[in-house]
Amino acid sequence: MTEQQHQGRVVGVNGNMVSVAFDTSVIQNEVAYVVVGDTRLKSEVIRVRGNEADLQVFESTNGIRVGDTVEFSRELLSVELGPGLLTQVFDGLQNPLPRLAEQAGFFLQRGLYVQPLDRERRWAYTPKAAVGDTLRPGDTVGSAPEGIFEHRIMVPFAWSGEWQVTWTAPAGELTVVDPVAKVSNGSEERNVTMLQTWPVKIPITNYKQRLFPRDTLVTNIRCIDTFFPVAKGGTFCTPGPFGAGKTVLQHALSRRSEVDIVIVAACGERAGEVVEVLREFPHLEDPRTGRSLMDRTIIICNTSSMPVAAREASIYTSVTLAEYYRQMGLHVLLLADSTSRWAQALREMSGRLEEIPGEEAFPAYLESLVAGFYERAGLVELNDGSRGSITIGGAVSPAGGNFEEPVTQATLKVVGSFLGLSRERSNARRYPAVHPLESWSKYRSVVAAKDLDRARQILRSGNEVDQMMKVVGEEGTPTDDFVVYLKSELLDAVYLQQSFFDEADADCPAEKQVYCFAKVLAVLDAKFQFTDKADARSFFHKMRQAFLDWNSSLWKTDSFTKAEAAIDRLIQTGLNA
Amino acid sequence: MRKLYHRIIQISGNVITVEAENVTYNELAEVTSTRGTSLAQVIRLDKGRVSLQVFAGSRGVATDSQVRFLGHPMRVSATENLLGRIFSGNGVPRDKGPALKDNLIDIGGPSVNPANRVIPRNMIRTGIPMIDVFNTLVESQKLPIFSVAGEPYNELLARIAMQAEVDCIILGGMGLKYDDFLTLRDTLDEHGALSRSVMFIHTAADPVVECLLVPDMALAVAEHYAVAGQRVLVLLTDMTNFADAMKEIAITMEQIPSNRGYPGDLYSQLASRYEKAVDFEGAGSITILAVTTMPGDDVTHPVPDNTGYITEGQFYLVRGRIEPFGSLSRLKQQVNKDTRDDHRAIMDTMIRLYAEYRESLEKQSMGFRMSQWDEKLLRYGERFEARMMDLSVNIPLEEALDLGWQTLAECFEPAEVGVKTDLVNRFWPKKD
Repeated sequence: MTEQQHQGRVVGVNGNMVSVAFDTSVIQNEVAYVVVGDTRLKSEVIRVRGNEADLQVFESTNGIRVGDTVEFSRELLSVELGPGLLTQVFDGLQNPLPRLAEQAGFFLQRGLYVQPLDRERRWAYTPKAAVGDTLRPGDTVGSAPEGIFEHRIMVPFAWSGEWQVTWTAPAGELTVVDPVAKVSNGSEERNVTMLQTWPVKIPITNYKQRLFPRDTLVTNIRCIDTFFPVAKGGTFCTPGPFGAGKTVLQHALSRRSEVDIVIVAACGERAGEVVEVLREFPHLEDPRTGRSLMDRTIIICNTSSMPVAAREASIYTSVTLAEYYRQMGLHVLLLADSTSRWAQALREMSGRLEEIPGEEAFPAYLESLVAGFYERAGLVELNDGSRGSITIGGAVSPAGGNFEEPVTQATLKVVGSFLGLSRERSNARRYPAVHPLESWSKYRSVVAAKDLDRARQILRSGNEVDQMMKVVGEEGTPTDDFVVYLKSELLDAVYLQQSFFDEADADCPAEKQVYCFAKVLAVLDAKFQFTDKADARSFFHKMRQAFLDWNSSLWKTDSFTKAEAAIDRLIQTGLNA
Repeated sequence: MRKLYHRIIQISGNVITVEAENVTYNELAEVTSTRGTSLAQVIRLDKGRVSLQVFAGSRGVATDSQVRFLGHPMRVSATENLLGRIFSGNGVPRDKGPALKDNLIDIGGPSVNPANRVIPRNMIRTGIPMIDVFNTLVESQKLPIFSVAGEPYNELLARIAMQAEVDCIILGGMGLKYDDFLTLRDTLDEHGALSRSVMFIHTAADPVVECLLVPDMALAVAEHYAVAGQRVLVLLTDMTNFADAMKEIAITMEQIPSNRGYPGDLYSQLASRYEKAVDFEGAGSITILAVTTMPGDDVTHPVPDNTGYITEGQFYLVRGRIEPFGSLSRLKQQVNKDTRDDHRAIMDTMIRLYAEYRESLEKQSMGFRMSQWDEKLLRYGERFEARMMDLSVNIPLEEALDLGWQTLAECFEPAEVGVKTDLVNRFWPKKD
């Protein structure tokens, strides 16, 4: 069949949904182009009824008229995979935004698409497989260094069966479209290139098995790693009302997490926030590699004013790129901000399709889509025995800050760690505003579980005393209870709270957390003697100051040791009083 | 000459449906009825049936009224001639000046490429201490003023408009009371700001569809000026009326409502307007200040709630003052490090002490005994409110900072305020 035959005509337009009459066949979720004058508007088939297909258009639909031609591509919405993805800034459909800017100027131009991977750029290719080797899809053919990583060139995931290598390119400088090997399955010979494509809505599953995510992903954020940890290959969510510090938290995660690759999916949020990442990351050093932070980062940016349908795609685009790098045995962190905007994009489309709405007009299939997205995270053992993982962290923006709403609830069912941000804490300037009593995690902390339980108990009791004091006043509270309250406040102030803008405080590797936590615990466990409440309060004020000085001195320096000695002296004073 | 259509097959709310051919999505048409001619916009195509939103409303439209399609979407004339002029939501002059037809540009244009944005870096001085000192307004910021009916939010907008150091002001009024429109116009006029302003005004009595056009008209013009290198301040009042107009149309079109009757795309619709705020590298900028009245003083209402997620902070206008708690300028950190060394210290310290004052006030009202420290705080709080929070205060930032130090010195000892010693040595007022 020639391409000409797969055409249709527009019969209706409603917002970004276009109905198309077709004669031959269409594929659900295939890409189609609506031809408006000289521009071709990318769209996706999302429903077929009789001989009419409904398309969601990834662009503004202005100017489309009934009778306009629609070309069907016979391909599902896909992304390009290959070396050169890192450091890039893509829109939801994987168009590199800086390249679009070169061609179109200040504004995004409708119908302008740019190839995600540079066809001219050459990569230092080294073959790994030899002629005669039998390979399965996802097996390594060769490699090319991409920044600090060995970028594995693999047999395309979409091919099935076993393939025998019949030719390999010698080591050399090659572009992503040059053949690097020829393989045959007995009946057909194909070229392997560094570039392959994959449909975004289908998970890549070329691995041996999924493993239980056991190792803690160290984020350098104390309240996460110690209290509500995330595992490599796990999932977590950060719901919170506006102004609670979701974005600052996501930035801290993207900067300081100890993973190989970070993918930031700015989905339907402010452009300004992406700009900060975009402009600052190239100048920030990754403490683990000494290279620019941008070298390990990919940004997928479909901000709130960009077309809504592409916002829906952006989540899938980002997770597919994550899966690709996982296939190389790397640990990937995907930060999606915000999944609520993605859900809203689904809701808008569902409304146009006139589907029967679920709660708050979200589509009834919202939960299964949310679950499907988070389930693409995981720790896997690849065919060659190496391990790779994807950790997904989704920000959620619940309407009115109310966690009872459908997106938060659907997310809570499928994540392993819940970091609930509270307005109460952010108003009190207690950052990060992760609520210590409402959040939870199913993963393993960097500190011992029994120690953690004691700390949690102090937080709970402290909160009870605090509630009590609001009724009976400070004068009606026994001194012992008051001390418990002061201890919980100390734990909050010097351990849960952390400044991401202070270099020393922000840098908290696992080793340091274990060390510092033990010290805080020593204070919590200590049985201090106080004459009265004022005495206790003044003691804990001094203790807080001493710990804050400790937090703001760099790990393993003289000032760190000195500040620690000051704390030890204070503890002794408290015990001997 | 374009073809005329006479067969209107459905009239429902402000939406009419006509059978027509060769019509493009979003294009404009003229609907001529017994009440005169009104513009209308195509909002749905379904085979041969074209649904149009009639700007003047469908009252008086007959089933055989005449519909003429114009072949282009809504446009606005973007030239220097707009300055000093007042238009209605659909671009018709409200003053006695001529209609403008030069250099027509489409409204609701595409989004700015995020890769072309720069990190905001310029402060906008307003002379209002609660803004300049505590929540600095930054060029290219988008900020709503959250308020409730009866508060002087339009007065605040007008004051900022008059005092802000920008090249031109574009005012979009939505559902304005006619009196408020007159007040705004006269205030700008009195202070000589009218000649650098453009107004798109939809009053409460005008057809509701025109309300929907106001932000797009205002922002299209703003974008044109900004690309040409001007620093533009866009004032929108009141975005809740805009959202309510969207709700009205959506329900007429039988769209499934999501939250309290608002359409599911409320967030995207608001965001596509607010995101027009931008600082162009090598050209001008757009800053947006928008009044959002909170129905029932409820910040979780869908309109303020969605707005809060979109904008870069918010000012709460409560009892005629900008509330220090809750109000936030997310971009202030970008600029307040470069103003004066003591800016951040004064900002943090004065707010912290004011929070303590509020606690003391609460204790006092509950009848607890006031300590010496409480007395100091009470004295401080009163002065803070009079010198900083009162909206009639109009002083430059540096003077406000000095006044801050003076207030601290009048009420406290240097050791009590918790400011770094070197700043105290430099700025604490010396006793004569």
